[in-house]
Amino acid sequence: MSGEIRPVIVGAGPAGIRAAQALVTAGLRPVLVDEAPKGGGQIYRRQPDGFTRDAKTLYGTEAAKATALHRTIDGLAIDHRPNTLVWNIEAGALDLLREGRAERLPYSHLILATGATDRILPIPGWTLPGAYSLGAAQVALKYQGCGIGRRVAFIGTGPLLPLVASQYLKAGAEVVAVLDTARTADKLAALPGLLRGPATLAKGLRLLAALKAGGVPVRHGARPLRILGTDRVEGLAWHDGDRERRIDCDAVAFGYGLRSETQLADLAGCRFRFDPLNRAWLPERDAAGRSSVAGVYLAGDGAGIAGADAAELAGERAALALLEDLGRPVDRACAARLEAKLAAIGRFRRGLERAFPFPTDWAAQAPDDLVVCRCEEVSAGTLRATATRWGTPELNRLKALCRVGMGRCQGRMCGAAAAEILAAHRGVPVEAVGRLRGQAPVKPIPVAIEDAPEEAA
Amino acid sequence: MTATERITTDVAIIGGGIAGAAAALALRRMGMAVLLLERGFCGAQASGVNYGGVRRQGRPPEQIPLAQRAHAIWQRLPETIGIDGEYIRSGHLKLARSEADLASLEAYQDRVRDLGLGLEIVAGNAFRARWPWLGDRAIAGSWCPGDGHANPRLVSPGFARAARKAGADIREQTAVQEAVRDGDGFRLLAGGLEVRSRLLLNCAGAWSGRFAAAFGETVPLVSAHPNMAVTEPLPRLMDVNVGVEGGGIYARQVERGNCVMGGGRGIALDEDRARPGRSAIAALLRQAAELFPALRGAQVIRFWSGVEGDTPDRNPVLGPSRTTPGLIHGFGFSGAGFQIGPAVGEVLAELARDGRSSTPIEAFDIGRFAAPAGDTTAA
Repeated sequence: MSGEIRPVIVGAGPAGIRAAQALVTAGLRPVLVDEAPKGGGQIYRRQPDGFTRDAKTLYGTEAAKATALHRTIDGLAIDHRPNTLVWNIEAGALDLLREGRAERLPYSHLILATGATDRILPIPGWTLPGAYSLGAAQVALKYQGCGIGRRVAFIGTGPLLPLVASQYLKAGAEVVAVLDTARTADKLAALPGLLRGPATLAKGLRLLAALKAGGVPVRHGARPLRILGTDRVEGLAWHDGDRERRIDCDAVAFGYGLRSETQLADLAGCRFRFDPLNRAWLPERDAAGRSSVAGVYLAGDGAGIAGADAAELAGERAALALLEDLGRPVDRACAARLEAKLAAIGRFRRGLERAFPFPTDWAAQAPDDLVVCRCEEVSAGTLRATATRWGTPELNRLKALCRVGMGRCQGRMCGAAAAEILAAHRGVPVEAVGRLRGQAPVKPIPVAIEDAPEEAA
Repeated sequence: MTATERITTDVAIIGGGIAGAAAALALRRMGMAVLLLERGFCGAQASGVNYGGVRRQGRPPEQIPLAQRAHAIWQRLPETIGIDGEYIRSGHLKLARSEADLASLEAYQDRVRDLGLGLEIVAGNAFRARWPWLGDRAIAGSWCPGDGHANPRLVSPGFARAARKAGADIREQTAVQEAVRDGDGFRLLAGGLEVRSRLLLNCAGAWSGRFAAAFGETVPLVSAHPNMAVTEPLPRLMDVNVGVEGGGIYARQVERGNCVMGGGRGIALDEDRARPGRSAIAALLRQAAELFPALRGAQVIRFWSGVEGDTPDRNPVLGPSRTTPGLIHGFGFSGAGFQIGPAVGEVLAELARDGRSSTPIEAFDIGRFAAPAGDTTAA
C-alpha cells in the first residue's frame, strides 16, 4: 500500500463514529471495523431489524444524541465493516474475523475506540442462571427488548446501577431493590465534584426520584453477601451495615463500574501505566489521544472510563491529532475546545468516582469458595493458596500456576478481581501485582478459520 | 553499583529454567551450597511456555541416553519435586502423511533400535482402528508407548521450588550484570549482590551466549520463537501426544480438555519477547483442521510464544567450558529441553562435584563450535 493513507478505526461507538466523521470531513476515507451488526456502540446500541421501539423508549434522555450518532454513521461514505472481530494486530495490519473468514487489513493509522465492559467483582452465587452484570442486563433490555427477570434486584455501584434499575422499572419489571455499596456519606462528599456537571447530576437525581416514586427501595452502604438459589436465582442476601437481610427475586444485576477493553492497545505495542482513578492499567494517551506508538490513537472508554459524551469528543479529537500528524490543516481552536471539554468531564468523573467508590474491602471479604475465574473455575481460595505456596508476587505468574484468566475470556472478566485478591493477600497496592499481558486472539476464533482472498489495497 | 549483600557459595547458577533449577536441586541433594540467580521468574521463559511434550521419540541417537535418564526421573516426579505436574504417560505418536514420511519413521526406528524406546510402526487398518479420531490425512505412525506430556508451567517452576525447599538460595528478579573468573573461582554482580563461588553454571537459556562470550567462548546460539495455540476445553478426543514426521504441528490434549498445539515460528518483538506470527498461526490451524477433524469446530482461545536458544545442530551445549576451569554450560536445548531438563540438572551436578558425567555427553561439547581464529582469553 506504499504510502497510501488508510486510517482504520476499531469500534463504531460514539468515539469511533465521531472520529470517522472528522476524517471524512477532512477528505479521508477511513475503514470502520466493529463487532456489532449496526453502528452505535453499547450505550447507543441499536435494536435488531424488525424491532420498532422508538428512540425515546430506547435511549430516554439520551435519545437525541443517539439519533444524531446513528444518522452520522448511516450517512458517512466510509468502508464500514460490521460483524467483524479484530482478533490480532501484527506489523501494521489488523487480523479480522468476519463470518468465519480471516482477513488481513493493513492500516497507515489506527484509532482504537474499543469501549468498555462491566468491571466484575464476583459475589457468591454469581454463576447461577439469573445473575447478570449490569451492562448485560441493560443490553438484554435495549437490544432484544427482554428483561433478565420479572423481579430483579440491583446491587453494586456506579452510574449504571440507578440507570439500569430505572430502565427496568420503566419497562415494567418489578425492581425489588437498588443496593448501592457506596455510602450516603460518599454521595455527599462527592457533591462538590458532581456540581461540575450539573446536567448529568440532575439526570442522576431524576433517576433516583423515579425509582423512589416507583416504590423501589434504594439503600446505600449495602454489602452483597450472596446470591441465593439452587438451580437459579431465588434471592439475594446482603448486609445493611447492621445486619444481614434477604430479599426474594428471580434475577440479580450487579457491577462496579466499567473497565476499559485494552487488549488491542496492548497488541499494538502501546505503553501502559497504572491509573489510580480507574484503578486499572491503561494505555498511555496524551490530551489529544496519541498513544506511545506513532500512528496509533486512543479514544473513548477503551483507554479510561469517561462516558459517551467524552467518547464523542475524544473520537473527534483523536481524528484531529491524526490529521495534524499527517500535516493536514486542522482547526486548532476546535481542537483546544474539545480538549477543554474533555478536561471538564475528567473533573466531573473524579466526582463520580467519589460518589460510587470502588469497594476496596471486596477482596478481603471474598470467601475462599468464591469462584473468581468462571472459564477455568478458579476460586479465591485457590488464588490465595497458589500465591502462598509458590510465593507469587505477580499476576501473570499466578495465571501460569493456577490458570486464572487463562480461559475463554482471557481474563477480560476475571482479571481485575484476581488482581485485587492477589494484592490484598500479599498486602500490597493493586498496581504492584502488575497486569495480565494481552495475547491474541482477543476473543476466541475457530480452528477451521478460512482465509479470505488477500485484499487489493 | 555497590553490593549490599555478599554471598559465598559452592556453586552459582545463572538462570532458573528447568536445567538450572534441576541442577540446583541435584546439587543440594549432594550437599553442596547453591545460589541460583534468575533475571525474571523461575520457569517463566522457554522452560515454562513450551508445548509440554515429554518425548524421547524423534531425538537424535546421541540424546537418547540423556533422555532415558530423564525418563526415569519423570516416573518419580512427585517424589522429586512434590507435585505431579500433570505428567501423563500417554505415549507419543509420530504421524506419517506420506509413504516417504513412513520410510523416514522406519529408518529412525532402525537407528534407535538398541536404545530402549520400544518403537512400534502402525499402519493401514490397524492404524485407523487404534486412533479413529485421526482423519484421513495421516496414513501411519510410529508409536512410543512410554512417552507423554506434562504442564511446563508447573513442572519447571516446580524444580525451583523443590530446590529452594532443599536449601538452595534462589533469587528471582535478580539479573547477573557481571560474571568473571576471580582467584580460584568466580565473582558475580547481580542486583545488590556480590557473589563468590567456586563453580559457575551457565543455564541462561537463549541469553547464555553472552555469558559464554564473557569467558571467550563463541557459540552460534540464535533465539527462536515457537508458535503455540490452545483451544477451549473439549470432550476427550486425543489420548496421545501427537507429532508429525517432517514437523509442522504437534498436539496434545490436557486433562482439563484443552488441546494444546504448536508449529511454525513466532516473531520476535525484541530480545526478550516474542509473539505468534499471523502466517504461522494460519499454517498451524490449517494443519490442525486437516489432521484432527474433530477440532474443526473448536475455538482457539489463546496463542503464545516465547524465546528459546537454538544451536545450528539442534543439540544442546552441555559440559565443561573449554576456556575456564569451574565453568560448566547447560543451554541451547533448541526447543527440546523440557523432557531432558531433569537429567540435564543431574549431569550438571555430577560435572560440578566429580568433574565428569555418568551419562555420555561428548556430542554436546562446546568445543564443537570453536571459532577457527577467535579470541579465547577468559574475560
